[in-house]
Amino acid sequence: MKTRLGRFSFLVKDPLTTIATVMMSIFIGAAIFGPWIAPFPKEGAGETNVDNIYIGPGWHHLLGTDELGRDLLSRIIYGARPALLIALAVVGFAAIIGTLLGLIAGYRGGWIDNVIMRVSELFLSFPPLLLSLVAVTFLGPGLVNALIALIISWWPWYARLIRVEANIVRTKPYVEISAAMGVPDRIIIVRHILRNVTTPLIVQVAADLGTVILAAGSLAFIGLGAQPPAADWGLMVAQGRNLIFDQWWISTFSGLAIFLAVLSFNIIGDALRDHFDPRIARQ
Amino acid sequence: MRILWNRLSSALLVLCAASFITFTLARVIPSDPALAYIGPKATAADSAKLRITLGLDQPIPVQYVKYVWQTLHGNWGYSLSTKQPVLQEIIDRLPATLELIFFAMSFAVIFGVAMGVYAAKYRGRFQDSVIRIMAIAGVSMPAFWLGLLLQMLFAGRLTWFPATGQFDIDLKYDNPITKVTGFPVFDSLITGNFAATINGLHHMVLPALTLSAYSFGLLSRMARANLLEVMSQDYIKVARAYGLSERLVFFKLALRNALPPIVTVTGLSTAYLITGTFFVEQVYNWPGIGSFAVNSLLSIDYPAIMGITLLAAIGYLVINFIVDLIHAKLDPRVWMR
Repeated sequence: MKTRLGRFSFLVKDPLTTIATVMMSIFIGAAIFGPWIAPFPKEGAGETNVDNIYIGPGWHHLLGTDELGRDLLSRIIYGARPALLIALAVVGFAAIIGTLLGLIAGYRGGWIDNVIMRVSELFLSFPPLLLSLVAVTFLGPGLVNALIALIISWWPWYARLIRVEANIVRTKPYVEISAAMGVPDRIIIVRHILRNVTTPLIVQVAADLGTVILAAGSLAFIGLGAQPPAADWGLMVAQGRNLIFDQWWISTFSGLAIFLAVLSFNIIGDALRDHFDPRIARQ
Repeated sequence: MRILWNRLSSALLVLCAASFITFTLARVIPSDPALAYIGPKATAADSAKLRITLGLDQPIPVQYVKYVWQTLHGNWGYSLSTKQPVLQEIIDRLPATLELIFFAMSFAVIFGVAMGVYAAKYRGRFQDSVIRIMAIAGVSMPAFWLGLLLQMLFAGRLTWFPATGQFDIDLKYDNPITKVTGFPVFDSLITGNFAATINGLHHMVLPALTLSAYSFGLLSRMARANLLEVMSQDYIKVARAYGLSERLVFFKLALRNALPPIVTVTGLSTAYLITGTFFVEQVYNWPGIGSFAVNSLLSIDYPAIMGITLLAAIGYLVINFIVDLIHAKLDPRVWMR
């Protein structure tokens, strides 16, 4: 019996994936309901409390307090929203831009294919993340600019992925017959090609979400991403950096949030890939 | 030979384009490079004069041709923050970074491949799960955070390793390193200055470990997956049916054929290390390209940024080129294509 929910059974297929699913649910919950579940919502939002600075982890403040006396757990819970939003936005926009260009390149072929592929190759001729770092520097530091900079270096992967898939589907007999019968390109692209590239697209998106959280955290850590007083994990690691030997909890727990979020997304990405591509799973 | 020629010409094309992208980013997007050069307090007249001196009044294509011409002649401009020639800064700092990458990569390749092979051998068992978790943790770990954790634990609490820097500060008085190749640890070794070698290696452990985490994860995953794929093929079954020893089948037949994809991933993860050094060097105060890059980015030192970006693109090309060469060596069919 395959129920609607049964489709998602791969999320609990083994203990590791189950743990990852639970962790991801916690992060999503924190992103949505942050202000209601944070123990000190005002401090999470940025209100300082200078009487309480550098309190170690304990009963009152589970993860301690930071350099402005704010409850660290509340700050981390507030940080979930920007982290997940930036991941969704970067991967979403990159996937949309890349899919559009990839479909055009793969379906049309010819010179337009050449142009799109050469341009995407160009973007990929830099080591990963370098182009984003340079772009955000010249755009000016900040969360939105970091987002734009990450999209700039992420779309070519999608364009190339989709182009390959579109190229394969294009030469299938049923697509050629549809074209010969006079079905408009627009409909062939949406009905046949787009539908056939959905699976690799979903797998790629799932695999990329964690990587984007990591990349955004890295930008924030060196000061090119979110700016104070934002509750941003990468930024919080940077703020606790010089205190690592004494007030160790600030950087440790903020970084742990990044690590666990990326880890759970990566594990679920793996599970999703195995689910859709049983050839790899068997190995 | 043809493939070599093709590679080289496409590499040239990529370099041209890469220089164009860096140039465009630096010239078109920022508010005003002249302003970045003399600071916000400059008068309008000063900035106009400087625009002429820097050639910023000329049309963009002319500027680009000039930029390429000067770059080819070794004039990479002057860093705005250190006022030194960018190329000189890069040459001075590159050895420290290359040594760091070398140690990180060696660690990642040796342990990553070994773990991957081990996991493949014990597929589905307890060992396999442990290595799988380690590998996925490695690729999910923010390098800057891992660096801070290792510092706190091994430098702060346990004091086994120094927290920052490339050598002890008093080393340059006690055992100064004679400069031969410019690579500090290597130089100390060939000049017989073993006190400095040991000191340098001692400082190398934490940064190299931090930098290698990602590559380690990537490599052990790929090694495992590729080995299992090869192991499931017919010729392995035939070899087993003929009664060849399991050790011979595994190491001689399977591992040999799983190598090409492992080489590809090694190249790819070395490329990741290029940007990885930015964060690791920042955390460990490593006097290399990475920390120079971060400082340049933060101070919008555009000549330095352009130089570093170009260098990174060249590095990326060289890595890909080496990967292709090794591929051709491992798999002679590559030459036929």
